[in-house]
Amino acid sequence: MGKILSTKNLRLYYGKSEALHGISLKFLDGEITALIGPSGCGKSTYLRCLNRMNDLLDNVTITGTIKLQGKDIYSPKMSKSEIRKKIGMVFQQPNPFPFSIYDNVAYGPRISGVKDKKVLDEIVETSLKKAAIWDEVKDDLKKNAVALSGGQQQRVCIARTLAVNPDVILLDEPTSALDPISSVKVESTLMDIKKDYNIILVTHNMQQASRISDKTAFMLNGRLIEFDKTEKMFLNPENKITSDYLNGRFG
Amino acid sequence: MKNSLKEKFLSPSKQTYQESFGKIISSFCILIIIALVVSILGFVTTKGIDTFTQSKINVFDFLFGNVWSPSSTGANGKPEVGAAPMIVTSFTVTLISAAIATPFAIACAIFMTFIANNRGSRLLRSTIELLVGIPSVIYGYIGLTLVVPLVRSIYGGTGFGILAGAIVLFVMILPTVTSLTVDSIKSVPDYYIKASYGLGATRWQTIYKVVLKISLPGILTAVIFGMTRAFGEALAVQMVIGNSITMPTNLTTPASTLTSQLTTGIGNTIMGTLQNNALWSLALVLLFMSLFFNILIKIIGKRGAAKYES
Repeated sequence: MGKILSTKNLRLYYGKSEALHGISLKFLDGEITALIGPSGCGKSTYLRCLNRMNDLLDNVTITGTIKLQGKDIYSPKMSKSEIRKKIGMVFQQPNPFPFSIYDNVAYGPRISGVKDKKVLDEIVETSLKKAAIWDEVKDDLKKNAVALSGGQQQRVCIARTLAVNPDVILLDEPTSALDPISSVKVESTLMDIKKDYNIILVTHNMQQASRISDKTAFMLNGRLIEFDKTEKMFLNPENKITSDYLNGRFG
Repeated sequence: MKNSLKEKFLSPSKQTYQESFGKIISSFCILIIIALVVSILGFVTTKGIDTFTQSKINVFDFLFGNVWSPSSTGANGKPEVGAAPMIVTSFTVTLISAAIATPFAIACAIFMTFIANNRGSRLLRSTIELLVGIPSVIYGYIGLTLVVPLVRSIYGGTGFGILAGAIVLFVMILPTVTSLTVDSIKSVPDYYIKASYGLGATRWQTIYKVVLKISLPGILTAVIFGMTRAFGEALAVQMVIGNSITMPTNLTTPASTLTSQLTTGIGNTIMGTLQNNALWSLALVLLFMSLFFNILIKIIGKRGAAKYES
């Protein structure tokens, strides 16, 4: 089980104001970890630190360490693109490229230098199968992915991420732009693939967190309030604030 | 009381009057513009077809004939008004200048949107926009004193010709093509770029495989806009191209474009004569070409839009 991702005393500053106040967490392989908390608590910001997407923004400073399999991903020796191949990301808004479904899924392998058509075909097929969308699109791989429904688009995006063969998958509110039926499909996709990956999910939807996650981290105002097994957290939280939030007293 | 309320609700409000007033003013303006365009088209067309209706010149002789000499009579007993050399030269100059300008414009646009910091990109942008404001006679003069001698020293001959014209036009259309390319590249939604980075693509891979691919219809539109400008530019070209109406056989001998022939000839001919009418026919060809370029831009724009909506 070498796909452990951990952060230690992670702090993030926008300019001079501190947005994340020292977060230490450990994510295990084969588990889904949910990050919950009210809007603006820093959960998406935290998620973006994990695959260095915050590097795209100006004026952001990050301190502390983030380690994947014991290697510091912010060390100068690590290449950003290699890290992002290991730690894939699925975004809130389904964002397939306006290319064919095939080209979308094949994008990752192609930029890594895979040219052989047979290999690409196989990667595309297995990725789409894993993302539980193969049966819906197999006859129409040349169709523009933008023409699919929102839920299908999001599963194509998951397939696109899986095609790079990552260790960790970050999902930033992947179902918040989808209708309930599509959300259920995306959730069951995540349940199906979780044994092979280390999945970290930011969600606004507490029911979703309780349905599919193994562990839950509750964040508030840039601080980690509580982190525990999901069952324990929802039935018997240690902290009164967690209990208040989970029972809908604020947030 | 009840009655006055009823009246108030049934009679048009002040806003309704303002609305219809505004509509009248804007429709009036639109009508004037439409009338203007229609009358320009009508005028150039009636003048332009006089060559074919009054002087009975064959349209094919005009479009494909090689000799331009409206004041003398040719072998078939009719004046020689073959416009083919000018049509060919116009296209050659346009295509060469667009071919040189496109890579420069794309490179500038990528640099401005992805590589330069804010200050650098603003500086570059205002430099390029400055180029638009320079009058074409200045470009022609610079071409005459710098480009023509340069071509002469490298390739021999007079230096006047298609190459000199294309180089001057390249500088003139560069700002148009660049700023439209920048707009097109900037309109690529951020979430595609993020998706690409998220999959482990480098900046170059993201630019090459996502940004340029998605903005391709916009870049093509930019290039065609530039070509429209190059095709229609008269003064600067006239100053460096040499104004000799012969079918071009190479890029460094004097030639003449449709526009340069128009500017050269229009002052030296008398209204109503064939010499004058033949020039109007050239103008008609120019007009059709602009129309053609415009339609091309529309088609490409529609295709590009369809890609996102489908």
